[in-house]
Amino acid sequence: MSRVHDMGGRFGDGAIVPEAEDDPVFHEDWHGRALAVTLAAGALGKWNIDISRHGRECLPPVDYASMSYYEKWMAGLAGLLVDAKVLTREELAQGCAIGSSDLTDKRMDANKVAGVLASGGPADRPSDVPVAYSVGDMVRTRKINGNRHVNGGHTRLPSYAVGAVGRIVMIHGTHILPDSSAHRLGDAAEPLYAVAFAASELWANPEHPKDEVVLDLWQSYLSAAT
Amino acid sequence: MPHDHADHDHPHTLLPSDPALRVKALETILTQKGLIDPAALDEIIETYETKIGPRNGAHVVAKAWTDPAFKAALLKDATAVVSELGYYGRQGEHMIVVENTDEVHNIIVCTLCSCYPWPLLGIPPTWYKSDAYRARAVREPRKVLAEFGVTLLSDMSVRVWDSTAETRYLVLPQRPMGTDGMDEAALMDLITRDSMIGTGLASAP
Repeated sequence: MSRVHDMGGRFGDGAIVPEAEDDPVFHEDWHGRALAVTLAAGALGKWNIDISRHGRECLPPVDYASMSYYEKWMAGLAGLLVDAKVLTREELAQGCAIGSSDLTDKRMDANKVAGVLASGGPADRPSDVPVAYSVGDMVRTRKINGNRHVNGGHTRLPSYAVGAVGRIVMIHGTHILPDSSAHRLGDAAEPLYAVAFAASELWANPEHPKDEVVLDLWQSYLSAAT
Repeated sequence: MPHDHADHDHPHTLLPSDPALRVKALETILTQKGLIDPAALDEIIETYETKIGPRNGAHVVAKAWTDPAFKAALLKDATAVVSELGYYGRQGEHMIVVENTDEVHNIIVCTLCSCYPWPLLGIPPTWYKSDAYRARAVREPRKVLAEFGVTLLSDMSVRVWDSTAETRYLVLPQRPMGTDGMDEAALMDLITRDSMIGTGLASAP
Protein backbone atom coordinates (compact mmCIF):
# COMPACT_ATOMS: atom_id res chain seq x y z
CA MET A 1 0.00 0.00 0.00
CA SER A 2 2.99 2.35 0.13
CA ARG A 3 4.93 4.21 -2.50
CA VAL A 4 8.64 4.55 -3.04
CA HIS A 5 8.98 7.82 -1.11
CA ASP A 6 7.83 6.21 2.15
CA MET A 7 11.31 5.18 3.31
CA GLY A 8 11.41 5.92 7.05
CA GLY A 9 13.09 3.05 8.92
CA ARG A 10 14.23 1.30 5.76
CA PHE A 11 17.41 -0.80 5.94
CA GLY A 12 20.22 -0.77 3.41
CA ASP A 13 21.14 2.90 3.07
CA GLY A 14 24.73 3.89 3.68
CA ALA A 15 26.41 6.48 5.83
CA ILE A 16 25.25 10.08 5.82
CA VAL A 17 27.66 12.60 4.37
CA PRO A 18 27.54 15.83 6.42
CA GLU A 19 28.18 19.13 4.67
CA ALA A 20 30.17 22.12 5.86
CA GLU A 21 28.06 24.97 7.18
CA ASP A 22 29.36 27.27 4.46
CA ASP A 23 28.82 24.93 1.52
CA PRO A 24 26.91 26.52 -1.36
CA VAL A 25 23.11 26.51 -1.04
CA PHE A 26 22.92 25.19 -4.61
CA HIS A 27 25.73 22.85 -5.66
CA GLU A 28 25.00 23.31 -9.36
CA ASP A 29 23.52 26.29 -11.18
CA TRP A 30 20.66 24.16 -12.44
CA HIS A 31 19.67 23.19 -8.87
CA GLY A 32 18.74 26.77 -8.04
CA ARG A 33 17.08 27.10 -11.41
CA ALA A 34 15.04 23.93 -10.78
CA LEU A 35 13.85 25.23 -7.42
CA ALA A 36 13.00 28.63 -8.88
CA VAL A 37 11.14 27.25 -11.92
CA THR A 38 9.12 25.03 -9.57
CA LEU A 39 8.17 27.93 -7.30
CA ALA A 40 7.35 30.21 -10.23
CA ALA A 41 5.20 27.53 -11.90
CA GLY A 42 3.46 26.89 -8.58
CA ALA A 43 2.54 30.58 -8.41
CA LEU A 44 0.28 30.04 -11.44
CA GLY A 45 -2.13 28.52 -8.93
CA LYS A 46 -2.95 25.34 -10.85
CA TRP A 47 -2.01 22.98 -8.02
CA ASN A 48 -1.42 22.95 -4.26
CA ILE A 49 1.46 21.57 -2.21
CA ASP A 50 -0.27 18.21 -1.69
CA ILE A 51 -0.83 17.74 -5.43
CA SER A 52 2.81 18.61 -6.10
CA ARG A 53 4.09 16.18 -3.46
CA HIS A 54 1.89 13.43 -4.84
CA GLY A 55 3.22 14.17 -8.32
CA ARG A 56 6.77 13.37 -7.18
CA GLU A 57 5.62 10.32 -5.25
CA CYS A 58 3.97 8.93 -8.38
CA LEU A 59 7.24 8.81 -10.29
CA PRO A 60 8.03 5.20 -11.17
CA PRO A 61 10.06 3.71 -8.29
CA VAL A 62 13.05 3.04 -10.52
CA ASP A 63 13.14 6.73 -11.50
CA TYR A 64 12.52 8.01 -7.96
CA ALA A 65 15.36 5.89 -6.59
CA SER A 66 17.88 6.83 -9.27
CA MET A 67 17.17 10.55 -9.64
CA SER A 68 18.90 13.23 -7.61
CA TYR A 69 16.74 15.55 -5.54
CA TYR A 70 16.18 18.30 -8.07
CA GLU A 71 15.80 15.79 -10.90
CA LYS A 72 12.77 14.50 -9.00
CA TRP A 73 11.47 18.04 -8.75
CA MET A 74 11.83 18.54 -12.51
CA ALA A 75 10.22 15.22 -13.34
CA GLY A 76 7.37 15.94 -10.93
CA LEU A 77 6.91 19.40 -12.40
CA ALA A 78 6.74 18.04 -15.96
CA GLY A 79 3.91 15.76 -14.85
CA LEU A 80 2.06 18.57 -13.05
CA LEU A 81 2.30 20.92 -16.03
CA VAL A 82 0.79 18.31 -18.36
CA ASP A 83 -1.86 17.09 -15.87
CA ALA A 84 -3.00 20.67 -15.19
CA LYS A 85 -3.01 21.42 -18.93
CA VAL A 86 -0.53 24.27 -18.52
CA LEU A 87 1.71 22.69 -21.17
CA THR A 88 1.09 19.87 -23.62
CA ARG A 89 3.13 16.74 -24.14
CA GLU A 90 3.91 18.04 -27.61
CA GLU A 91 5.40 21.22 -26.15
CA LEU A 92 7.64 19.20 -23.84
CA ALA A 93 8.73 17.00 -26.74
CA GLN A 94 9.39 19.95 -29.08
CA GLY A 95 11.05 22.10 -26.41
CA CYS A 96 9.13 25.21 -27.40
CA ALA A 97 5.75 26.86 -26.85
CA ILE A 98 2.95 25.95 -29.27
CA GLY A 99 0.08 28.40 -28.98
CA SER A 100 -0.74 30.90 -26.24
CA SER A 101 -1.82 30.46 -22.62
CA ASP A 102 -4.77 31.96 -20.76
CA LEU A 103 -2.73 32.04 -17.53
CA THR A 104 -0.34 34.86 -18.42
CA ASP A 105 -2.00 37.24 -15.95
CA LYS A 106 -0.95 34.84 -13.18
CA ARG A 107 2.76 35.16 -13.98
CA MET A 108 4.88 36.01 -10.93
CA ASP A 109 7.06 38.93 -11.99
CA ALA A 110 10.37 39.63 -10.30
CA ASN A 111 8.96 42.44 -8.19
CA LYS A 112 6.37 40.07 -6.69
CA VAL A 113 8.82 37.41 -5.51
CA ALA A 114 9.59 38.84 -2.07
CA GLY A 115 5.91 39.28 -1.29
CA VAL A 116 4.95 35.80 -2.43
CA LEU A 117 7.73 34.13 -0.40
CA ALA A 118 6.89 36.23 2.66
CA SER A 119 3.16 35.51 2.57
CA GLY A 120 3.50 31.72 2.42
CA GLY A 121 0.53 29.37 2.28
CA PRO A 122 -0.87 28.44 5.67
CA ALA A 123 -2.57 25.01 5.91
CA ASP A 124 -4.88 25.61 8.88
CA ARG A 125 -8.57 25.93 8.06
CA PRO A 126 -11.80 26.05 10.05
CA SER A 127 -13.41 22.63 10.48
CA ASP A 128 -16.66 21.17 11.76
CA VAL A 129 -14.86 18.04 12.91
CA PRO A 130 -14.74 18.13 16.73
CA VAL A 131 -11.37 17.64 18.40
CA ALA A 132 -11.58 14.10 19.78
CA TYR A 133 -8.36 13.79 21.76
CA SER A 134 -6.54 15.68 24.49
CA VAL A 135 -2.86 15.94 25.28
CA GLY A 136 -1.87 12.76 27.12
CA ASP A 137 -4.47 10.53 25.42
CA MET A 138 -3.26 7.26 23.95
CA VAL A 139 -4.16 6.63 20.30
CA ARG A 140 -3.56 3.92 17.74
CA THR A 141 -2.77 4.62 14.09
CA ARG A 142 -4.55 2.86 11.26
CA LYS A 143 -3.59 -0.76 10.88
CA ILE A 144 -4.00 -0.64 7.12
CA ASN A 145 -2.36 2.39 5.55
CA GLY A 146 -3.51 4.13 2.43
CA ASN A 147 -5.72 6.83 1.00
CA ARG A 148 -9.42 6.12 1.67
CA HIS A 149 -10.65 8.19 -1.30
CA VAL A 150 -8.30 7.22 -4.13
CA ASN A 151 -6.57 3.87 -4.44
CA GLY A 152 -2.82 4.47 -4.32
CA GLY A 153 -3.49 8.10 -3.49
CA HIS A 154 -1.55 10.50 -1.32
CA THR A 155 -1.40 10.01 2.45
CA ARG A 156 0.93 11.20 5.20
CA LEU A 157 0.98 8.28 7.62
CA PRO A 158 4.38 6.66 7.09
CA SER A 159 4.40 2.87 6.87
CA TYR A 160 6.76 2.52 9.82
CA ALA A 161 4.10 4.02 12.14
CA VAL A 162 1.16 1.90 10.98
CA GLY A 163 -0.85 0.17 13.73
CA ALA A 164 1.23 1.74 16.49
CA VAL A 165 0.11 3.14 19.84
CA GLY A 166 1.33 6.59 20.81
CA ARG A 167 0.58 9.54 23.07
CA ILE A 168 -0.88 12.87 21.98
CA VAL A 169 1.69 15.56 22.84
CA MET A 170 0.35 18.60 20.94
CA ILE A 171 -2.88 19.71 19.28
CA HIS A 172 -2.05 21.81 16.22
CA GLY A 173 -5.61 22.96 15.43
CA THR A 174 -7.47 21.93 12.28
CA HIS A 175 -5.51 21.52 9.05
CA ILE A 176 -6.17 20.64 5.42
CA LEU A 177 -6.26 16.85 4.95
CA PRO A 178 -3.65 15.96 2.30
CA ASP A 179 -5.47 12.73 1.40
CA SER A 180 -8.31 14.90 0.07
CA SER A 181 -6.48 18.02 -1.05
CA ALA A 182 -3.93 16.12 -3.17
CA HIS A 183 -6.76 14.83 -5.36
CA ARG A 184 -8.72 18.09 -5.71
CA LEU A 185 -11.44 16.72 -3.43
CA GLY A 186 -11.50 19.75 -1.15
CA ASP A 187 -9.65 20.84 1.99
CA ALA A 188 -11.57 18.48 4.34
CA ALA A 189 -9.82 20.11 7.29
CA GLU A 190 -9.72 18.13 10.52
CA PRO A 191 -7.77 18.13 13.80
CA LEU A 192 -4.03 17.55 13.54
CA TYR A 193 -1.92 16.25 16.43
CA ALA A 194 1.69 15.60 17.30
CA VAL A 195 1.80 11.99 18.49
CA ALA A 196 4.81 10.52 20.31
CA PHE A 197 5.68 6.85 19.89
CA ALA A 198 8.21 4.95 21.98
CA ALA A 199 10.99 3.65 19.74
CA SER A 200 10.16 0.18 21.09
CA GLU A 201 6.65 0.53 19.58
CA LEU A 202 8.13 1.04 16.10
CA TRP A 203 11.39 -0.91 15.81
CA ALA A 204 12.43 -4.49 16.43
CA ASN A 205 15.71 -3.37 17.97
CA PRO A 206 15.37 0.17 19.30
CA GLU A 207 18.63 1.93 20.10
CA HIS A 208 17.61 3.13 23.56
CA PRO A 209 14.61 2.56 25.88
CA LYS A 210 14.06 6.30 26.36
CA ASP A 211 13.92 7.26 22.67
CA GLU A 212 10.78 8.48 20.92
CA VAL A 213 9.61 9.45 17.44
CA VAL A 214 6.98 12.17 17.11
CA LEU A 215 4.78 12.45 14.01
CA ASP A 216 2.11 14.95 13.00
CA LEU A 217 -1.03 12.92 12.30
CA TRP A 218 -4.58 13.79 11.30
CA GLN A 219 -7.50 12.67 13.44
CA SER A 220 -8.86 10.28 10.79
CA TYR A 221 -5.58 8.35 10.93
CA LEU A 222 -6.17 7.66 14.64
CA SER A 223 -8.48 5.77 16.96
CA ALA A 224 -8.60 5.74 20.77
CA ALA A 225 -6.31 3.19 22.44
CA THR A 226 -6.99 2.04 25.96
CA MET B 1 -12.89 3.72 -6.72
CA PRO B 2 -10.70 5.53 -9.25
CA HIS B 3 -7.16 4.35 -9.64
CA ASP B 4 -4.55 7.03 -9.51
CA HIS B 5 -1.98 7.86 -12.17
CA ALA B 6 -1.06 5.22 -14.68
CA ASP B 7 2.70 4.92 -14.39
CA HIS B 8 3.57 4.45 -18.06
CA ASP B 9 5.15 7.03 -20.36
CA HIS B 10 5.56 9.76 -17.75
CA PRO B 11 5.77 13.29 -19.25
CA HIS B 12 9.32 13.77 -17.95
CA THR B 13 10.54 11.20 -20.48
CA LEU B 14 9.70 13.70 -23.23
CA LEU B 15 12.34 16.14 -21.94
CA PRO B 16 16.12 15.97 -22.50
CA SER B 17 17.73 13.45 -20.14
CA ASP B 18 20.57 15.72 -19.02
CA PRO B 19 19.21 17.50 -15.91
CA ALA B 20 20.62 20.94 -16.71
CA LEU B 21 19.13 20.78 -20.22
CA ARG B 22 15.88 19.48 -18.75
CA VAL B 23 15.56 22.53 -16.47
CA LYS B 24 16.50 24.82 -19.33
CA ALA B 25 13.83 23.27 -21.54
CA LEU B 26 11.09 23.83 -18.96
CA GLU B 27 12.26 27.38 -18.32
CA THR B 28 12.34 28.12 -22.06
CA ILE B 29 8.88 26.76 -22.81
CA LEU B 30 7.28 28.47 -19.80
CA THR B 31 9.00 31.77 -20.63
CA GLN B 32 7.86 31.60 -24.26
CA LYS B 33 4.32 30.97 -23.03
CA GLY B 34 4.49 34.11 -20.89
CA LEU B 35 4.09 32.05 -17.70
CA ILE B 36 7.38 32.72 -15.95
CA ASP B 37 9.63 35.74 -15.71
CA PRO B 38 13.32 34.71 -15.88
CA ALA B 39 14.15 37.71 -13.69
CA ALA B 40 11.83 36.28 -11.02
CA LEU B 41 13.88 33.06 -11.09
CA ASP B 42 17.06 35.09 -10.49
CA GLU B 43 15.31 36.83 -7.60
CA ILE B 44 14.23 33.54 -5.98
CA ILE B 45 17.73 32.09 -6.27
CA GLU B 46 19.35 35.22 -4.86
CA THR B 47 16.88 35.31 -1.98
CA TYR B 48 17.76 31.80 -0.83
CA GLU B 49 21.47 32.25 -1.49
CA THR B 50 21.88 35.53 0.35
CA LYS B 51 18.83 36.55 2.39
CA ILE B 52 16.93 33.59 3.82
CA GLY B 53 19.21 31.11 5.59
CA PRO B 54 20.41 29.78 8.96
CA ARG B 55 21.42 33.23 10.22
CA ASN B 56 17.71 33.87 10.70
CA GLY B 57 17.38 30.82 12.92
CA ALA B 58 20.58 31.73 14.77
CA HIS B 59 19.12 35.15 15.52
CA VAL B 60 16.05 33.53 17.07
CA VAL B 61 18.12 31.08 19.12
CA ALA B 62 20.53 33.77 20.37
CA LYS B 63 17.58 35.90 21.50
CA ALA B 64 16.10 32.91 23.29
CA TRP B 65 19.41 32.31 25.10
CA THR B 66 19.62 35.90 26.29
CA ASP B 67 15.97 36.81 26.96
CA PRO B 68 13.93 34.42 29.16
CA ALA B 69 10.61 36.08 28.33
CA PHE B 70 11.34 35.78 24.60
CA LYS B 71 12.25 32.12 25.06
CA ALA B 72 9.06 31.37 26.97
CA ALA B 73 6.97 33.05 24.27
CA LEU B 74 8.90 31.23 21.53
CA LEU B 75 8.26 27.82 23.06
CA LYS B 76 4.58 28.69 23.49
CA ASP B 77 3.83 30.20 20.05
CA ALA B 78 6.84 30.17 17.75
CA THR B 79 4.94 31.31 14.66
CA ALA B 80 3.82 34.56 16.30
CA VAL B 81 7.23 35.25 17.83
CA VAL B 82 9.33 34.63 14.70
CA SER B 83 6.80 36.58 12.62
CA GLU B 84 7.52 39.65 14.74
CA LEU B 85 11.19 39.32 13.75
CA GLY B 86 10.21 39.15 10.06
CA TYR B 87 10.71 35.39 9.70
CA TYR B 88 7.26 34.32 8.63
CA GLY B 89 6.98 32.90 5.11
CA ARG B 90 6.85 29.99 2.74
CA GLN B 91 7.51 26.64 4.46
CA GLY B 92 7.40 28.28 7.87
CA GLU B 93 3.70 28.99 8.25
CA HIS B 94 3.26 26.81 11.35
CA MET B 95 6.45 26.91 13.41
CA ILE B 96 7.20 24.92 16.53
CA VAL B 97 10.44 25.23 18.50
CA VAL B 98 11.56 22.25 20.57
CA GLU B 99 14.12 22.73 23.32
CA ASN B 100 17.14 20.57 23.98
CA THR B 101 17.80 19.98 27.69
CA ASP B 102 20.06 17.82 29.84
CA GLU B 103 17.42 15.09 29.53
CA VAL B 104 16.19 15.30 25.90
CA HIS B 105 17.94 15.81 22.57
CA ASN B 106 15.68 16.66 19.60
CA ILE B 107 16.30 15.91 15.91
CA ILE B 108 14.23 16.97 12.90
CA VAL B 109 13.65 14.85 9.78
CA CYS B 110 11.10 14.48 7.01
CA THR B 111 10.92 10.81 6.05
CA LEU B 112 8.28 11.32 3.33
CA CYS B 113 9.88 14.22 1.45
CA SER B 114 12.07 17.14 2.59
CA CYS B 115 9.98 19.44 4.84
CA TYR B 116 12.21 22.01 6.51
CA PRO B 117 11.70 25.47 8.09
CA TRP B 118 12.78 27.62 5.14
CA PRO B 119 12.30 31.10 6.66
CA LEU B 120 14.61 30.21 9.56
CA LEU B 121 17.12 27.82 7.95
CA GLY B 122 16.84 28.39 4.19
CA ILE B 123 17.03 25.54 1.71
CA PRO B 124 17.99 22.20 3.33
CA PRO B 125 21.49 20.75 2.84
CA THR B 126 21.84 17.76 0.53
CA TRP B 127 22.20 15.22 3.35
CA TYR B 128 18.88 16.30 4.89
CA LYS B 129 17.17 15.38 1.61
CA SER B 130 19.11 12.14 1.14
CA ASP B 131 17.57 8.69 1.27
CA ALA B 132 20.03 7.67 3.98
CA TYR B 133 19.00 10.43 6.38
CA ARG B 134 15.29 10.03 5.68
CA ALA B 135 15.47 6.26 6.15
CA ARG B 136 17.76 6.11 9.17
CA ALA B 137 17.11 9.16 11.38
CA VAL B 138 13.89 7.72 12.81
CA ARG B 139 15.18 4.19 13.44
CA GLU B 140 18.76 4.79 14.55
CA PRO B 141 19.16 8.46 15.47
CA ARG B 142 22.16 7.78 17.73
CA LYS B 143 24.13 6.15 14.91
CA VAL B 144 23.20 9.07 12.69
CA LEU B 145 24.33 11.54 15.36
CA ALA B 146 27.62 9.67 15.65
CA GLU B 147 28.21 10.23 11.92
CA PHE B 148 27.89 13.95 12.65
CA GLY B 149 30.35 13.61 15.54
CA VAL B 150 27.71 13.97 18.26
CA THR B 151 27.70 11.58 21.23
CA LEU B 152 25.03 11.89 23.91
CA LEU B 153 25.19 10.91 27.56
CA SER B 154 23.72 7.44 28.00
CA ASP B 155 20.83 8.54 30.21
CA MET B 156 19.52 11.13 27.73
CA SER B 157 16.56 10.43 25.51
CA VAL B 158 16.37 11.24 21.82
CA ARG B 159 13.17 12.64 20.40
CA VAL B 160 12.97 12.52 16.59
CA TRP B 161 10.37 14.79 14.96
CA ASP B 162 9.15 13.46 11.60
CA SER B 163 7.65 16.45 9.75
CA THR B 164 4.64 14.72 8.24
CA ALA B 165 2.33 17.79 8.09
CA GLU B 166 2.74 21.54 7.41
CA THR B 167 4.11 22.19 10.89
CA ARG B 168 7.81 22.96 10.76
CA TYR B 169 10.20 22.30 13.61
CA LEU B 170 13.32 24.08 14.80
CA VAL B 171 15.57 22.78 17.57
CA LEU B 172 16.58 25.23 20.29
CA PRO B 173 20.09 23.95 21.08
CA GLN B 174 21.58 24.19 24.57
CA ARG B 175 23.68 27.24 25.27
CA PRO B 176 27.34 26.21 25.54
CA MET B 177 29.28 26.58 28.78
CA GLY B 178 31.54 29.58 29.07
CA THR B 179 29.34 32.01 27.16
CA ASP B 180 27.93 33.94 30.12
CA GLY B 181 29.11 37.39 29.16
CA MET B 182 28.49 37.10 25.43
CA ASP B 183 25.97 39.28 23.63
CA GLU B 184 23.46 38.23 20.99
CA ALA B 185 25.73 38.95 18.02
CA ALA B 186 28.64 36.94 19.47
CA LEU B 187 26.34 34.06 20.39
CA MET B 188 24.94 33.90 16.86
CA ASP B 189 28.36 32.82 15.58
CA LEU B 190 28.17 29.69 17.77
CA ILE B 191 24.79 28.60 16.45
CA THR B 192 25.21 26.29 13.48
CA ARG B 193 22.58 25.15 11.03
CA ASP B 194 23.07 21.56 12.16
CA SER B 195 22.51 22.53 15.82
CA MET B 196 19.05 23.80 14.87
CA ILE B 197 18.23 20.57 12.96
CA GLY B 198 19.55 18.56 15.90
CA THR B 199 22.38 16.78 14.11
CA GLY B 200 24.87 19.08 15.80
CA LEU B 201 25.43 21.04 19.00
CA ALA B 202 26.14 24.72 19.32
CA SER B 203 29.87 25.43 19.03
CA ALA B 204 32.07 26.12 22.04
CA PRO B 205 33.27 29.73 22.28
